[in-house]
Amino acid sequence: MENAFTIAAYVVAGILFILSLGGLSGQESAKRAVWYGIAGMALAVFATLVGPGSGLGLLSVVLIALGGMVGYQLATRVEMTQMPELVAIMHSLVGLAAVFVGFNADLMINDMAALYQANGQVLGAVGADGMTAIGLPKEAYEGLSAFGQLIAKKSSVEIGILRVELVLGIWIGAVTFTGSVIAYAKLAGNSSKLPFKVDTTAKKLPGGHLLNAAAAALSVVLLIAYLGGSGSWALVLLTLAGLFIGYHLIMGIGGADMPVVVSMLNSYSGWAAAAIGFSLGNDLLIVVGALVGSSGAILSYIMCKAMNRSFISVILGGFGGPQGEQMAVEGEQVAIDADGVATALNEADSVIIIPGYGMAVAQAQQAVSELVRKLRAQGKNVRFAIHPVAGRLPGHMNVLLAEAKVPYDIVMEMDEINDDFPDTDVAIVIGSNDIVNPAAQDDPNSPIAGMPVLECWKAKQVFVSKRGQGTGYSGIENPLFFKENTRMFYGDAKASLDTLLPKID
Amino acid sequence: MKIGTPKEISEREDRVAMTPASAKDLQKLGYECVIETGAGVAAGFSDQSYKDAGVEVVKTAAALYKAADIIAKVRPPEDAEIKRLREGQTLISFFYPAQNEKLMEAANKKGATVIAMDMVPRISRAQKMDALSSMANIAGYRAVIEAGNNFGRFFTGQVTAAGKVPPAKVLVVGAGVAGLAAIGTATSLGAITYAFDVRPEVAEQVESMGAEFVFLDFEEEQQDGSATGGYAAVSSPEFAAAQLAKFREIAPDMDIVITTALIPGRDAPELWTKDMVESMKPGSVIVDLAAERGGNCKLTVKDEKIVTDNGVTIVGYTDFPSRMAAQSSTLYATNIRHMMTDLTPEKDGTPNHNMEDDVIRGATATHKGEITFPPPPPKIAAIAAAPKKDKPKELTAEEKRAQEVAAFQKETKTQVGLLAVGAALVLGIGLIPGMPASFMQHFIVFVLSVFIGFQVIWNVAHSLHTPLMAVTNAISSIIILGALIQIGSTSALITILAALGIFMAAVNIFGGFLVTRRMLAMFQKS
Repeated sequence: MENAFTIAAYVVAGILFILSLGGLSGQESAKRAVWYGIAGMALAVFATLVGPGSGLGLLSVVLIALGGMVGYQLATRVEMTQMPELVAIMHSLVGLAAVFVGFNADLMINDMAALYQANGQVLGAVGADGMTAIGLPKEAYEGLSAFGQLIAKKSSVEIGILRVELVLGIWIGAVTFTGSVIAYAKLAGNSSKLPFKVDTTAKKLPGGHLLNAAAAALSVVLLIAYLGGSGSWALVLLTLAGLFIGYHLIMGIGGADMPVVVSMLNSYSGWAAAAIGFSLGNDLLIVVGALVGSSGAILSYIMCKAMNRSFISVILGGFGGPQGEQMAVEGEQVAIDADGVATALNEADSVIIIPGYGMAVAQAQQAVSELVRKLRAQGKNVRFAIHPVAGRLPGHMNVLLAEAKVPYDIVMEMDEINDDFPDTDVAIVIGSNDIVNPAAQDDPNSPIAGMPVLECWKAKQVFVSKRGQGTGYSGIENPLFFKENTRMFYGDAKASLDTLLPKID
Repeated sequence: MKIGTPKEISEREDRVAMTPASAKDLQKLGYECVIETGAGVAAGFSDQSYKDAGVEVVKTAAALYKAADIIAKVRPPEDAEIKRLREGQTLISFFYPAQNEKLMEAANKKGATVIAMDMVPRISRAQKMDALSSMANIAGYRAVIEAGNNFGRFFTGQVTAAGKVPPAKVLVVGAGVAGLAAIGTATSLGAITYAFDVRPEVAEQVESMGAEFVFLDFEEEQQDGSATGGYAAVSSPEFAAAQLAKFREIAPDMDIVITTALIPGRDAPELWTKDMVESMKPGSVIVDLAAERGGNCKLTVKDEKIVTDNGVTIVGYTDFPSRMAAQSSTLYATNIRHMMTDLTPEKDGTPNHNMEDDVIRGATATHKGEITFPPPPPKIAAIAAAPKKDKPKELTAEEKRAQEVAAFQKETKTQVGLLAVGAALVLGIGLIPGMPASFMQHFIVFVLSVFIGFQVIWNVAHSLHTPLMAVTNAISSIIILGALIQIGSTSALITILAALGIFMAAVNIFGGFLVTRRMLAMFQKS
């Protein structure tokens, strides 16, 4: 199936993909990088279509065009606040595609075995040297599709490895598929377009981790059975086990941990592609799968580090229970109205805004942008402080602010800006909670103890825009709201900002 | 129950402990309100306005004391008022139990509960009922106004057609609530304001109000103001001498001096001596807010305004809040109302005198026939103790180098360790007997790709993580290649599955890349 042109095209495409990921190191180079990715993909698809072994070229092109239309609709219609959902649901497609391709490989092996039998031979039998497979008669071989030819050339050991690879591909694909669907349902909440609704809080079936472990153990047993030649039924059961694990694993993870989950699923979809690449003997699939897999793994690692939690504990779901009595919170939450906030902002010289998921929910990014524009027009130093896990997707806040035309050079990372709070007149917290919780530093018994947080309470004055007095996703009491220099600006973030805006002059 | 407010007996007192507005709030707590006729007139609240707010107006003080279960007033009660108290009645007012021991005993003998508004502990929760602070705030403001009234010049410097006017120089001694209010008022009138306090930690507050803090050249282990609930404590004789020397030095320059220095439970310290007054320019003004307790200046005459031989006016009034009765009554009545809110958690019109509560315990002077003054120290420290500052150690060049070397070695160690583990894994796989070379070829590609992935992704900017996910999502649909290869199969099932795979992957390719482009196009530089 591989002629020289296809392989050469794959090399070029592989380099383009690497450049495309590497180019994301800066906002300007990223704009170029995405074109590298598009070019790489186009080249890869084109080379495969014209390459040997691909049949039904016209049907493929039509299908790609159809898929393209659907993809175009999705990508142009989606609100930027819904990015996490979109990414999650698209992961599920990759997972499902991997399952299909894996099954096809299995079917092909069965077909081949049947073909060999028809010719009075055994698939995988080796010649005198113990390595080279005994081929089919020439006329039978040439009538096969490219993939068929590939299998036909394999020895029994190679076919065994092929089966392990395709099982891995199918299994990871299945986990990715249901996991992503559940992640989508959790992220989308009430706006989910799925026929069923999913509780956004962490939920496990009775049995918890044991069920996962049992399903995983069952998968291993089925793998051995399948390799032992039990036939395709084992593969079907294995897929079901994978689907169950994906479902149950993500059900057990709460909404606040979604950034980790989404990047983890991203990683899985990459590994699935790499496993399929192995079974198909396609190097480009392996390269890209490995790139995506490692990128997702690193992102998950970064997210976990930002929450000071181990990757394992996030994946297995839920916070570890608090180790002792949490500090009681002293004082009371003092409310303030728009006039008070406006006065403080008009007098302030430096302002830092800390957006969180609440801003995304309220679709308040435009109002925030307008506020920043007005404040900057007065010559004030206005900046944004972004915590790595703010929002429901890594970098979610940056995208929302960019959409609202907030210049990216005033949007700072936590490490860049944390030392500047003591010199700041006003810090505005819009819809974030745990990432500004001083208990992470002060209270060793807090469930988030040790998590790096934005030290906004060191600013001279803090305004918290929040819907009500409740605790956040994690249900942890936030002492920030009770601090003496904190004022609570209750109400929907967008409505609050809209009443505030005319008062800024 | 009924809350009643009598007319203040003292001639100098214009304030009233209940306003029509606070009465409405008290009624929301379930109380009925009574007031003596004419009690609010001096503060600008007519009997009619009380009636409109649903307050019962009674003719005499005697009738009021009879009708009310809780008496709220401003000044400490006088003997005549104590006599009218009865068992089970509650009195809320300024009381100064430390100075008025006899009064306290008399009230206790009557069986009345006394809540002293001046004893409310200084913790953040109790700020809303801290009447001392709200009154001090008014006193500070009024002190500047009184000074301006007696000062023959502008506060602010002006250059006019008729000549140049220098700005007035104001010195505020003691940067408590009153001092800070005075600083704020003086600066907003345009004066050049200086301030001094024995607690160096208030320098920041002083500067935030726009005044210049007068520092002493004095080395001493400074006391931590937080240990005494935020009030000043007695300073050492050496410190006092250094302080007086500094004042002596700046006295001739000052046009207006406002002294507010008080130490709880003591006579006011003498800070502005006779010779300083003598060195001041004629026409200068001294306002002594500590006149009640002997004054920070020994020449001060309580409740009077005097002019010294060299033409310096010394104002010794003690009734500054009362001189702004409308404002101070509003604030004081609100303090009382907050106190009642804390006393009535159920909002059922019956006070629940919870002696476990720090604020209520602290303010209570007598309760149920017992004298409960002085209260134990509050459970919560008023102000967090200032952390001891350790100077960051200056690292010598050698120490720095040693650190760098250690960091480098550590890095090398982890890297070599990881490499060893990785290499062992790869080699181990290669050593498995019968491992076909065709697999190893792909395996090499795989391992190198993972490696490249790790190298490349670490450099991705934080803010671009979402686009990164969208891009990786798009390119993970490279799985389409697998489906493309398989679709040409002779088996119908394979073709169908492959077709589905192609379709889904195509959705992903286009969706992923388009949405990434959309996102990246939004990032703009300012």
